[in-house]
Amino acid sequence: MRQLLILSGKGGTGKTTIAGAFIKLSFAEAFADCDVDAPNLHLITEQDVLPKKTDYYGLPKAEIDKALCTGCDLCRQNCRFNAISVYSDEEGTKKAGHCDAMCSGKVYKVDRFSCEGCGVCEYVCPVGAISMKPAVAGELMLYKNSERVFSTAQLKMGSGNSGLLVTEVKKQMKEAAGQNITKLTIIDGSPGIGCPVIASLSGADMVLIVAEPSLSGISDMERIIKTANQFQTKIAVCVNKYDTNTNNTEKIEAFCKEQKLPFIGRIPFDSEAVKAINDARTIVDIDCTSGRAVKEVYKETVKLLFDKGEGKEPVENSINIREQRGQSKP
Amino acid sequence: MRIAVLSGKGGTGKTLVSVNLTAAAQEAVYIDCDAEEPNGYLFFKPADIIEEPVTVMIPQVNNNLCIGCRKCVELCRFNALAYIMDRLLIFKEICHSCGGCVLVCPENALTESERAIGKIQRGISDSVEVSTGILNTGEASGVPIIKRLISMGSCEKNDPVHVDRPVFIDCPPGSACSVMESIKDADYCILVAEPTLFGAHNLNMVYELVKLFGKKYGVVLNKCLNGENPSEKLCIEKNIKILTHIPFDNELGILNSNGEIAVKKSEKYRDIFICLLEKVTKEVQNEGGVGA
Repeated sequence: MRQLLILSGKGGTGKTTIAGAFIKLSFAEAFADCDVDAPNLHLITEQDVLPKKTDYYGLPKAEIDKALCTGCDLCRQNCRFNAISVYSDEEGTKKAGHCDAMCSGKVYKVDRFSCEGCGVCEYVCPVGAISMKPAVAGELMLYKNSERVFSTAQLKMGSGNSGLLVTEVKKQMKEAAGQNITKLTIIDGSPGIGCPVIASLSGADMVLIVAEPSLSGISDMERIIKTANQFQTKIAVCVNKYDTNTNNTEKIEAFCKEQKLPFIGRIPFDSEAVKAINDARTIVDIDCTSGRAVKEVYKETVKLLFDKGEGKEPVENSINIREQRGQSKP
Repeated sequence: MRIAVLSGKGGTGKTLVSVNLTAAAQEAVYIDCDAEEPNGYLFFKPADIIEEPVTVMIPQVNNNLCIGCRKCVELCRFNALAYIMDRLLIFKEICHSCGGCVLVCPENALTESERAIGKIQRGISDSVEVSTGILNTGEASGVPIIKRLISMGSCEKNDPVHVDRPVFIDCPPGSACSVMESIKDADYCILVAEPTLFGAHNLNMVYELVKLFGKKYGVVLNKCLNGENPSEKLCIEKNIKILTHIPFDNELGILNSNGEIAVKKSEKYRDIFICLLEKVTKEVQNEGGVGA
């Protein structure tokens, strides 16, 4: 089994568009959307089953029992996340800092958005007024039929930690696919270089970086390459919308050459691609220039991913099978 | 006046909108909170850069004092500590700097030291003050950098000379912790959306987020083509205020992909962004309720 992860650093370069196309082309039996704070892959991979939904619990959040609270202020002083504030009354005018014993009716409250669930307040509270309560931080969704497994999730608005949820999405995919897995799994990643990206990198056999020919795109590509290198993952680069700035596309190719990174293709800007997406289709479901280009990128990706000779043919075959079957979506 | 620009989906034009609004305002502050992939400086090319490191506190252990009671390991909810082979191990990358382990240690074997996770660069570009957060690659979270950036920006409020300067906050993509941190202090949120199904879906997410935070907000529809615009449809359905439409335009695309500020190069875009700035300013001053 090989796992392909699609990343870009910069957002909006076409990760999901390309992931959707690759899933179609490869008949991937297992795939996942790890962009948990802005998931989109489900919009272009048609599902014929309802998802199994599971609540995802992040770290617990602190809760203060005001019947027990003596107003000693220790929790507020020790919270590194400024998640505890003191109010003069229940509805609450906020007090600046600690109010002394003279002020009556003060109320301590936890800001759930700021609380990271470390439990320090619970530990320092001398009267046991603080407890850590489980908190739903998102929802995991699993689409599974006899042919394939699709794992995705959605972070709950106002919940912080997306890295842990990414790990859960991948775990869910692996468990559901079980032993039957397959030659190839495809993971759609998130933009950036931080925790969700790092969480998605673990276990990936290769990263395909979708670059964009703008100064921002180049700067972000360099940073995601540096990140992936730190985790010693194999890298290949392609450029999307390459014809929107051919000078910059050449710069990206030159950069890859210099860094000895495989550059595996250019995909043109294509207004048909926008139409396909808005029609909930992938760009290989219709006949268009970007779709044709992405097929070439796919072939090169597969060659690199299965570099040691194994597994090369089945996937190339699958393109042929697909074309023979004439499986463009009606 | 503090304006945050966010989008949920990446690549919809957050940096385009925040950079050009800042340039249209002239005397202004631009803060790049996308510390994972900062881009605004590529447009402003600020000079006279002052750099400062951003550090977090992480524990270190004095093995001569540690008695192996494992109280710190039990307390740490982030699994950043482990006691293996008669030694306390500290996984500094996943430490959240809560300080709990130091508090709980009965032998005072743990102390805290600073660890650099990135930096902030401040510079000047014409009359714009540019602050950029830059996370070191391999680090998990830019939130401490964003907190520092935002608190630096807040000093403006108490600075009589600069109190009128508008502050524009360029947010990271997504809707998770780093975005929440970036908008916390904002007076107004501009949501930038592109005319795709993806754009609309993610617009809906950040719309829920700014509502949850009780912010005033409005939408900029970017890359508008003739024909269907799922994001516009969503705005109409949910009665979300549309501030302006920016057309899909090769001229703008080329300017932007070469790191040029459109407002400085094109009459047409100067007008569009000055108009948007006036609208947003009015929205901020309008005390009448939240949102649309």
